[in-house]
Amino acid sequence: MLKDITLGQYFPGTTLVHRLDPRTKILMVIVYIVALFLAKSYVSYALMLAFLVTAVAISRIKPRALLKGLKPLLIIIIFTAVLNLFYSGGEPLVSFWVFTITKEGVINAFFLVLRIMMLVMGTFLLTYTTSPIALTDGLESLLKPLKKIRFPVHELSMMMSIALRFIPTLIEETDKIVAAQKARGADFESGNLFRRAKALVPILVPLFVSAFRRADELADAMECRCYHGGQGRTKMKQLHYARGDFAVLLVGALLLAGVIVLCHFGL
Amino acid sequence: MSVSIEVKNLSHTYSVGTPFEHEAIHALNFTVQPGEFLGIIGHTGSGKSTLIQHLNGLLKPTQGDVLLGGQSIWRDKKATREARFRVGLVFQYPEYQLFEETVYKDIAFGPKNMGLDADEVRARVHRAAGFVGVPEALLEVSPFDLSGGQKRRVAIAGVIAMEPEIVIFDEPTAGLDPAGCADILENICAYRRANNATIIMVSHSMDDVAKLADRLLVLRDGAIALSGAPGEVFAQAKCLREIGLEVPQVTQLLLELQSLGVPVDTAAYTTQQALAQLLSLKEGAANA
Repeated sequence: MLKDITLGQYFPGTTLVHRLDPRTKILMVIVYIVALFLAKSYVSYALMLAFLVTAVAISRIKPRALLKGLKPLLIIIIFTAVLNLFYSGGEPLVSFWVFTITKEGVINAFFLVLRIMMLVMGTFLLTYTTSPIALTDGLESLLKPLKKIRFPVHELSMMMSIALRFIPTLIEETDKIVAAQKARGADFESGNLFRRAKALVPILVPLFVSAFRRADELADAMECRCYHGGQGRTKMKQLHYARGDFAVLLVGALLLAGVIVLCHFGL
Repeated sequence: MSVSIEVKNLSHTYSVGTPFEHEAIHALNFTVQPGEFLGIIGHTGSGKSTLIQHLNGLLKPTQGDVLLGGQSIWRDKKATREARFRVGLVFQYPEYQLFEETVYKDIAFGPKNMGLDADEVRARVHRAAGFVGVPEALLEVSPFDLSGGQKRRVAIAGVIAMEPEIVIFDEPTAGLDPAGCADILENICAYRRANNATIIMVSHSMDDVAKLADRLLVLRDGAIALSGAPGEVFAQAKCLREIGLEVPQVTQLLLELQSLGVPVDTAAYTTQQALAQLLSLKEGAANA
């Protein structure tokens, strides 16, 4: 049941998208998000959608896997859609009791849903095509300038990679504890909200205990191998921008410029 | 008081319909008689854990059925829940499921879920603690302050406090020192004697199962490779080694002797049996 979450999942591959420098991909996602929030018209949305579809096609990630990532957000998407449907002023289409659906409401709701979906799918494309280690390496490298103001960049990226690394471990652990408590007759499926929340205690307590135990063990293991933070630490895999990265970044710049121009002309 | 448990044509496939689909056990058939001690051995990934989680209804079979006392445990929701209490399952490293503030409360978790009244719960907690040798003084201590071996006992008590007719142990001695192992196995036998219970034990230690089990089941890639009395199974040393398993140390010794030309019967698998053989050999040699 818990095994089905796709958060932080990586699908290995050798496509152009997979081979790009992680920094390029992170930058592209930022550019993509900014452009997505600037986009206001059909034309600019079409441009963004074309970009997303092309990127997905090149990466050979199955669209189904991307849609699956949207599932946990379904409630938020529906909530936003409904809210926008009813609470945008303008020309009324249908109205019943105190509710009025306006033409603007429908358009707003449509664009917002589209925006959220594209936002999530774009960022999922990053995590699907980039291994967690490459991702944190890229982030560390991009944040390097912050070291000047004593921001612990290396430590932050190390914490991120450890957190990502332990997600599957903790899921497995949770499954085991759930099975063990069920074997002692614990019931997680019936009763009201309060009883169900209380039924989680036998899962959460052992889970926290084991998470702390693992953290302790990991810290000891790291110290045994003389880990002392980022000072003077070298990397086995150095990041290098290739020609493809510059080309992709140029495409990103053009995309952003295109959306800004379209926005300027009110399109 | 014990019942039989019957596994009929049992198959289980994980993650059906995804790229990760994989069949863990395939068309298993066997029956465990009331009061029997069944040992299950097999390599890592042979389907042992999947199999035992079917016996108390934690996993639903993809195909086939599990019958408890002749009736399917999946016939309705109530029957499945009842099976959880009649078939106790002690997982590997059970100490990682402790969660209550005191040892007493943790052991009482199972009996309370059964809906028993406070007096009965108290009686059962004390009986269970007695079986595993947890002294009364420890009952009001936090389980997190205990040593590893004691935590294991408390966790086992948490399952046997439900007084199940069948108890399944998955590697009950994993990670314990030899004295701790012997104690836990002795506790299991004490519970079996007192309640005439059926015991199913998954183990990597051939010596443990050789000593205790009436019958062995050897799993390989989700199917039964060998089954029978320990003597019969350990006589198939070649087959066991092919699967990646070993025979008990005593059998290993006898096999070595046989290959050196000493006339011994290699079906012996306990120290007593081997000792008797070697002594009679010695006498025979002295008389000759």
